[in-house]
Amino acid sequence: MRFLLDAEQRAFTGSLDKMLTAADTPAVVRAWSRGVHAAGRALWSRIAEAGVFALAVPGSRGGLGPLPVELAAAFVELGRHAVPGPLVETATAAVLLAGLPEPGPAGRLVPALLSGEALATVAWTAPYALDGDTADVRLTVTGEGLRLAPGHGPVRPSLDPARRLTPLDPGGELLLTGPPPARALVYARLCTAAQALGVGEALLDRTVTYVRQRTQFGVPVGSFQAVKHRLADAKTGLEFARPLLFGAALTLDPADVAAAKVAAGEAAYATARAALQAHGAIGYTAEYDLSLWLTKARVLRAAWGDPDSCRTEVLRGAGRR
Amino acid sequence: MHSAADEAFRAEARAWLRAHVPAEPPPSLETEEGFAAHRAWEAELAADRWSVVDWPARYGGRDAGLVRWLLFEEEYYAAGAPGRVGQNGVSLLAPTLLAHGTEEQRARVLPPMATGEVVWAQAWSEPEAGSDLASLRSRAVRVSGGWLLSGQKTWSSRAAFADRAFGLFRCDPDAERPHLGLIYLMFGLRAPGVTVRAIARLDGRPAFAELFLDEVFVPDADVIGEPGDGWRIAMAAAGNERGLMLRSPGRFLAGADRLHRLWRARGEPESARARVADALIGARAYQLFAWAAASRLAEGGSLGPESSMNKVFWSEYDIALQETALDLLGPEGEAADTEWAERYVFALAGPLYAGTNEIQRDIVAERLLGLPKGRRG
Repeated sequence: MRFLLDAEQRAFTGSLDKMLTAADTPAVVRAWSRGVHAAGRALWSRIAEAGVFALAVPGSRGGLGPLPVELAAAFVELGRHAVPGPLVETATAAVLLAGLPEPGPAGRLVPALLSGEALATVAWTAPYALDGDTADVRLTVTGEGLRLAPGHGPVRPSLDPARRLTPLDPGGELLLTGPPPARALVYARLCTAAQALGVGEALLDRTVTYVRQRTQFGVPVGSFQAVKHRLADAKTGLEFARPLLFGAALTLDPADVAAAKVAAGEAAYATARAALQAHGAIGYTAEYDLSLWLTKARVLRAAWGDPDSCRTEVLRGAGRR
Repeated sequence: MHSAADEAFRAEARAWLRAHVPAEPPPSLETEEGFAAHRAWEAELAADRWSVVDWPARYGGRDAGLVRWLLFEEEYYAAGAPGRVGQNGVSLLAPTLLAHGTEEQRARVLPPMATGEVVWAQAWSEPEAGSDLASLRSRAVRVSGGWLLSGQKTWSSRAAFADRAFGLFRCDPDAERPHLGLIYLMFGLRAPGVTVRAIARLDGRPAFAELFLDEVFVPDADVIGEPGDGWRIAMAAAGNERGLMLRSPGRFLAGADRLHRLWRARGEPESARARVADALIGARAYQLFAWAAASRLAEGGSLGPESSMNKVFWSEYDIALQETALDLLGPEGEAADTEWAERYVFALAGPLYAGTNEIQRDIVAERLLGLPKGRRG
């Protein structure tokens, strides 16, 4: 039975956590939001060196995987530390490209993604791609197939200042005719669910720290039952999303992954609302670091399959069994 | 996801259940007739050692362990098997006896519990004490060879038809702290001095009772652990693995499946689509949470306050599921003679019993999140 991370997996996430903690990610996110990418790219390289993107790609194509459980565990850490950039998109692009025949652009691009030299983005389930202006590799998936987009359109801001939305230009080299493997979408959703869970964890951790320190009426705010119960519910939501995430990583069944995406997305968002309420006005400011996670919790809910479409997938899966 | 041996166990359980589960569900176990029918079902289960699979074999179990118990429960509910009339004894008293009882007590109490010959009721609550068990007032007074119980217990589930009960009594009113002066013991519901008054729950069925105790004699042999140690023993049972499994995942997997089928039979109304999907997601989450918890226990870990999170989750989940079903049934949902109605009324009590959800959320906040204690209420 495999329902808990083993010692090796825990050591891996522990080292990733340590590296990201030391990297002062809030400063990196703020720079990234201003369009200054140097620190983000440097951090990106270290994440790639730790093997995160390689986990999505089989050993025969230069990767370490596929190791979806480890990949999910890594993305929880990336979410917990609010790492900016098209993380899910790069992992997804690696899955898409590694599925193509070796000669040609795919063979050239996969190593660049795994080493962290190149960032990728993908326009697939949404009309735009994340960070298309920053990404080195831009993929579009349409009914016709998979293409290497020649460029990107105008940049729109996201509710999450660390994200930028860019339509990708039509045309470009056709890499694959027909629909790409459904597996790639499953990976995208799995990674997004994991990232959302990590975002929720960070929001709860920070809020617990805050309400233990902040006093009103002469006692810590965290001693009020109304505050405690809301945070207890946030904790419960996150802790019941976690087994869904790792269970889905084991089966890679689209319905299981969709269930994890709904649960993690809703739990993270409910935690964001609770976190904002417990912080009061300070939590509503951009200068306070909580905002880095608050805004992400909302947008990850819809990324790579909103709750409604994921619920449809869950119902479809239950009908199959 | 499970080992071949575990899957073989699952297959054996499934085959047995397929051959034995009654085609027509017995009457509600909250009626005299239904209680008797469910007692007979316990005996049928026990005859082939399926009533308490995780118990030691010498008391009627199969030494199956937690994981196989979870698998058995999945099969049990998937087969649409009857509710378990012996549950209070099996899930609350038995783990306490296995951990804190004497061998004599285990050998005497557990086998007839496994067969349904003796059905147990819990006698925790009192009129002035809900989740605050430390405020119990019913007392046990020392006499030669045993104790005399006096006072009043209430909200005693199954006591209207059960044979015996277990609970906490105050044996030392002068104890330094109120929860230190309690004794944990077992007594007969038909013993001299016991008056049982059935209490009808919302739907009119006598699902619980109040107990009036007037110098009821309990021999020393029926005291569990040491007098004064009752609180510690009872709390150990509340937080242990059976506390976690108070409602097995199998129950909700089967419930979500039933709800999904009802939704499809009703033409997949859009109004309930998200709630039906969430019921499927919640059941799967609860199942995987339980498997992970079982893994943690197998590795020597403990659960403790996690069981509070678990309790909040399943009790809220159960109500949401049953409400969705009633909504799907529309005007027919009002009919009280259906299994949906029975399950709905039962689910409504979930956030109240076994420690209210408010108490559970306090425990989650204080012991899992480390938030400061505050005044209750």
